[in-house]
Amino acid sequence: MKRYSVFAVARQALSNHQGWERAWRNATPKKRYDVVIVGAGGHGLATAYYLGKNFGITNVAVIEKGWLGGGNTGRNTTIIRSNYLQDPSAAIYEKSRSLYETMSQDLNYNVMYSPRGVLMLAQTEHEVRGYRRTANANALQGVDTEFVSPKRVKEIVPIINLDGPRYPVLGGLWQARAGTARHDAVAWGYARACSDMGIDIIQKCEVTGVRRDGDRVTGVDTTKGQIDCDKLGILVAGHSGHLAGMAGFRLPIESVALQALVSEPIKPIMDCVVMANTVHGYMSQSDKGEMVIGGGADGYNNYTQRGSFHHIEETVRALVETFPMVSRLKMLRQWGGIVDMTGDRSPILSKTPVEGVFINCGWGTGGFKAIPGSGWGFAELMARGTSPLCDEFSLGRFREGRFIDESVAAGVAH
Amino acid sequence: MSTRLSHGGRLTDRSTPVQFTFNGRSFSGYAGDTLASALLAGDQMMMGRSFKYHRPRGVVSSGAEEPNALVNLGQGDTHEPNARATTTEIFQGLKASSQNHWPSLEYDVGAVNAHLSRFLPAGFYYKMFIHPRPLWKHVYEPFIRQSAGLGKAPHPEARDPDTYEHFYAYTDVLVVGGGVAGLQAALEAGRAGAEVLLLEQTAHWGGRTPVDGGEIDGLDPDAWIEKAVGELEAMPNVRIRTRTMGAGIYDHGYVLGYERLTDHAPGQPGPRHRLWRIRAKQVVTATGAIERPLAFAGNDIPGVMLASAVRDYLVNYGVAVGDRTVVVTTNDDGYRTAIALKRAGLDVPAVLDAREYGGGALMDQAKEMGIRVETGRGISKVKGGKRVTGVATCGIAGSGALIDEIACDCVAMSGGWSPVVNLWSHCGGKLFWDEAQACFRPDTDRAPTGADGKPFVTPAGAANGYLYLSETLSDGAVGGRTAATATGHAAGDAAVPETSAPVEAAPRPVWMMPEGAPYEYRAKAWLDYQNDVKVTDVQLAAREGFESVEHTKRYTTLGMATDQGKLSNLNGLATLANALGEEIPQVGTTTFRPPYTPISMGSIAGEARGSVFQPLRRTPMHDWHEAHGVQWEPVGHWRRPYCFPKAGESSEQAVHREITATRDSLGLLDASTLGKILVKGPDAGRFMDMLYTNLMSKLAVGRCRYGLMCSENGFLSDDGVVARLDEDTFLVHTTTGGADRIHAHMEEWLQTEWWDWQVYTANVTEQYAQVGVVGPNARKVLEKLGGMDLSAEAMPFMTWADGTLGGLQARVFRISFSGELSFEVAVPAGQGRALWDTLMEAGAEFNATPYGTEALHVMRAEKGFIMIGDETDGTVIPQDLGLDWAISKKKDDYIGKRAQERSFMDNADRWKLVGLETLDGSVLPDGAYAPTDGKTRNGQRNTQGRVTSSYFSPTLGKGIAMGLVHNGPDRMGEVISFAAADGTTMTEARIVNAVFFDPEGKKQNV
Repeated sequence: MKRYSVFAVARQALSNHQGWERAWRNATPKKRYDVVIVGAGGHGLATAYYLGKNFGITNVAVIEKGWLGGGNTGRNTTIIRSNYLQDPSAAIYEKSRSLYETMSQDLNYNVMYSPRGVLMLAQTEHEVRGYRRTANANALQGVDTEFVSPKRVKEIVPIINLDGPRYPVLGGLWQARAGTARHDAVAWGYARACSDMGIDIIQKCEVTGVRRDGDRVTGVDTTKGQIDCDKLGILVAGHSGHLAGMAGFRLPIESVALQALVSEPIKPIMDCVVMANTVHGYMSQSDKGEMVIGGGADGYNNYTQRGSFHHIEETVRALVETFPMVSRLKMLRQWGGIVDMTGDRSPILSKTPVEGVFINCGWGTGGFKAIPGSGWGFAELMARGTSPLCDEFSLGRFREGRFIDESVAAGVAH
Repeated sequence: MSTRLSHGGRLTDRSTPVQFTFNGRSFSGYAGDTLASALLAGDQMMMGRSFKYHRPRGVVSSGAEEPNALVNLGQGDTHEPNARATTTEIFQGLKASSQNHWPSLEYDVGAVNAHLSRFLPAGFYYKMFIHPRPLWKHVYEPFIRQSAGLGKAPHPEARDPDTYEHFYAYTDVLVVGGGVAGLQAALEAGRAGAEVLLLEQTAHWGGRTPVDGGEIDGLDPDAWIEKAVGELEAMPNVRIRTRTMGAGIYDHGYVLGYERLTDHAPGQPGPRHRLWRIRAKQVVTATGAIERPLAFAGNDIPGVMLASAVRDYLVNYGVAVGDRTVVVTTNDDGYRTAIALKRAGLDVPAVLDAREYGGGALMDQAKEMGIRVETGRGISKVKGGKRVTGVATCGIAGSGALIDEIACDCVAMSGGWSPVVNLWSHCGGKLFWDEAQACFRPDTDRAPTGADGKPFVTPAGAANGYLYLSETLSDGAVGGRTAATATGHAAGDAAVPETSAPVEAAPRPVWMMPEGAPYEYRAKAWLDYQNDVKVTDVQLAAREGFESVEHTKRYTTLGMATDQGKLSNLNGLATLANALGEEIPQVGTTTFRPPYTPISMGSIAGEARGSVFQPLRRTPMHDWHEAHGVQWEPVGHWRRPYCFPKAGESSEQAVHREITATRDSLGLLDASTLGKILVKGPDAGRFMDMLYTNLMSKLAVGRCRYGLMCSENGFLSDDGVVARLDEDTFLVHTTTGGADRIHAHMEEWLQTEWWDWQVYTANVTEQYAQVGVVGPNARKVLEKLGGMDLSAEAMPFMTWADGTLGGLQARVFRISFSGELSFEVAVPAGQGRALWDTLMEAGAEFNATPYGTEALHVMRAEKGFIMIGDETDGTVIPQDLGLDWAISKKKDDYIGKRAQERSFMDNADRWKLVGLETLDGSVLPDGAYAPTDGKTRNGQRNTQGRVTSSYFSPTLGKGIAMGLVHNGPDRMGEVISFAAADGTTMTEARIVNAVFFDPEGKKQNV
């Protein structure tokens, strides 16, 4: 792999950029791999990357029905934070956040991790108490957060309206080291690094069946033929139930469309990410200048990745109320992505009833921020059969009632 | 130069001059001008700077697809960034300024980027700024970010003075687009008797046809359009609206319309924008077509414009974009521009027709007028900087060897036409590739389908790929009839107007001009103007493996600008297809998403802003509270009194006073917000047993019981007092925040699981006002009101009775959440204020003191009563809270029972509820955790408990707290430490019984 740098760009400029090589190889599937990962989204690619990097397992194929990074990795609002309440959540999201900090250097690909801070507004007494509790928990979890006053909120976000007639801002939970990253770049950077290690990325290849020998996985059938493997990782947010069905087990998840939108680009006006859970909306400004806005998930189960309007209305209303200056901005584009929701709104990173099959799903509305941590832990789980980051997110927790419920801390949106 | 001609302009009114400013300079236009046409008339060709290279840019189109001419409109509170000059109608006093430059449009420092463009190819930022790490955060990104964005951001404290509203409309047939196809479709559907709504995004009917020419039914297009609009206006079943865009089509015939009411006339009364929320049985998308630019070197220099736009400015506004216009085209339509210019007396040095054999009748006509036509030719390069000065022509096939140079100040380009398929595609309509016309068209066999599985969108006219006048009109008719028929209205025989227009020859798609252009030409051939994406950028993306059209889009930002690729998408994906050696349909399109053009956030929010942002729920006593210095707390949509501070009192002091007064004598609580749900029917008891952990079916009529509700996962979700009103009727009290949620929870179970049970529920929360009469003198004050026997014998604890109190029809519950003697009195909501006033008056001698939620919380904590949302957080089961007594062992099932039998929940080894007392009497930090030895596998401190509620108790004169502690009830008397928010400052607390006050219940049972 030719390394990227300012010098490489300068060199290429002299030859009209004709010498750039492919970012990742266009692989044709081999007959057999040690590990097959289904789903070339952020989580799948990160898992493959850490299998190679941390465990030396590079006889790996990542197969993808469409184009890599085309699911929720390319549809989210790019927020990265780790101010979670429960220990297992805080652990995996903080690991993830810390990996984001060094990802550009690690992958030799600028993913534009931007620690611009995430502020979660408290607009009811109940939220004040909830966020104070989260700050207390975070202190013991090694996650750097603080509860800040309304005055400090205004300093951080000058465009905020503190004294809305309905839900005045009473404070906020501030994580200064949280932020955003360029979502596509995360997928592309991992793909490039995977490809460089010899991992095959096979796009436009749909899995049509999971092959088993009794309770053991032996491979997959795909639109590009049969591919054998010892271990199979399923990371296909939005379609997890389908793949689990092919493998022969069921999942406790529901799939719903999550809505997002962007405004037209304007000159910089807002540095950090603000989440307002009482009124259901969150907003940040991209490096391109667009206000990136997210809201709620549709109230019905659905597989279409289309936008619907009712949540957009609720979200925009909330933001006009919280940031009145957005009223004369315009919505440029809205879209939807399908998210897997579990009973406790926490993910599943787990072995399954089928030996050799591992599943990573259920990230709900908050998967992007978890990509590196999830890949790190899941690679360990697939390589060793156990991982401190993953073990508490097992499928078995639903049978045991060992829920990891973040609803009190996360509110509507992750 | 561009200039206003002495005559012409079918849309302008020369008798009404309009003054406005652009970048502070005064301009004059006419009523009917767009900002773009008026600026062109004043020779202001340059209107903006591009996003990345800050290239000087002029207007390139005349409509919604404009990527370049974006301006800031207005100032201060009415400032709006990124307004398209082409769709902005001018008005007296309009103030516009160009965007994305410093210090000025003419001299922009950012233009240095253009000189660095060699070093800034697509995706350069992914390859640079990697080392050293801190520089990204502190240097590179702030720099990139500073140059981001286009329009000026509104002032942080800007408050939009305008109003917005929503309309709700239902119609049989919605026709989007008021060109001739849309008019014809609306006529057909209207004549068939269907209810029709017709929307047109501009201020004028008829679309392009009046500019393009031809005859309809022997009439000039303008005359036919006037007649058609007249007929539509006369039909009672038809509504028509201009300045209203079809913004998006969603599932089940839901369509958003976006009406701009006062943008062209600010100061008029009424809302600025109106969002139409339309339910249409059938939608006809007659959204027209958009002309494509051509990719040749220098195609972004101001003065290079779509041929149709040059024609529009001439015909509609009487504006000549240039004196000498070279037309370059791949199809016959380009000749219309040449002919129109020539007719207006302007110079057309040449028409360069990419087709080897040229075009049809229009070409012949042009030749007859003396226009030089060169076939098989194109432009290799446009000359000029801030304005076109000439073009170098070349053969289409080669690498651009110079044939000749033509001096000109305008280039009119036509790369063919693309149907506007955005709305068709929003809701799942599919496309097919029409090789002959070189465009994607709606595949009507794969239309968006409604709930019945049948198509609900019909494309019509140019939007359906029927680009010529006769077929546009006839397809419009078909669309209208198809939609009318689908809504059950028999359409009569088609009365398709007769048309006459020249027959056109086939176009030739040209994706790069010349086709063998060398790198330096391709590197100056723009695809996406606003985002500065060039042919070489797309080719680089393909070379680097970004082969999916979505990858290419995201890597190069092609089609991601404010025009969402209306001009660039097809040229871009054709370039990609060529680079990959694939066919265009194999590469496919990116996804079309709503809205069609950007719509204001204000319009989406509608009226719901400020104090009506969400419905405000008020109890009947709300005004009294307001008049007595209440400090409010939002709880759901309600406002509840937090406390009632008196003059000079802090809220903390007020709370303490309220508690002391209540415990000593008499407190009054407005409890009207508590949820009240009636559960009624022969199966009500059975249902209540499933809903609650308690055995509610055995509750005697006339009695009350405290009950617990769990989620199906076993977690405690709500609590409250249930009263049995009669054999078939229960009145369920829920928490204030829980009423709607619990009612929905009940209905979900009744409708999806127990649909055959005879149970009916009604949320009657707002039908009753309820007052908690609390304290040692509670009975006395009620007896003073008179009318009911409220003695301990007649009305023991946990009973209720109907009667009359002080002349008011009342239902009295003897229940307590404070540990005091307490009655809750419910009256019809209309009597609530009267009850409150009566109680305040009668209670005066007992120092009747209204108290708020905080006093309520403290008093319940003193008694060790749990509070949903404090002691519970969705992870707590009743057993954790020592509420096992409320879980019936006598029944087979309740919601959550099976879940609670799971191994981790059915385990004694859990965090359980206890009381906590600091050793020094201080108040424990709320929500604090108690660390214990060791760390988790992930390096986090181990914990053994946390504080769930913490208050200063004025009754006991010290801090009290409740918490969940690992095996807490077995550890009474043990001292553990809680960490403050810094994680290190510790507070020691002793584990005690959670009932701090009156554990024997002496005060309550009197």
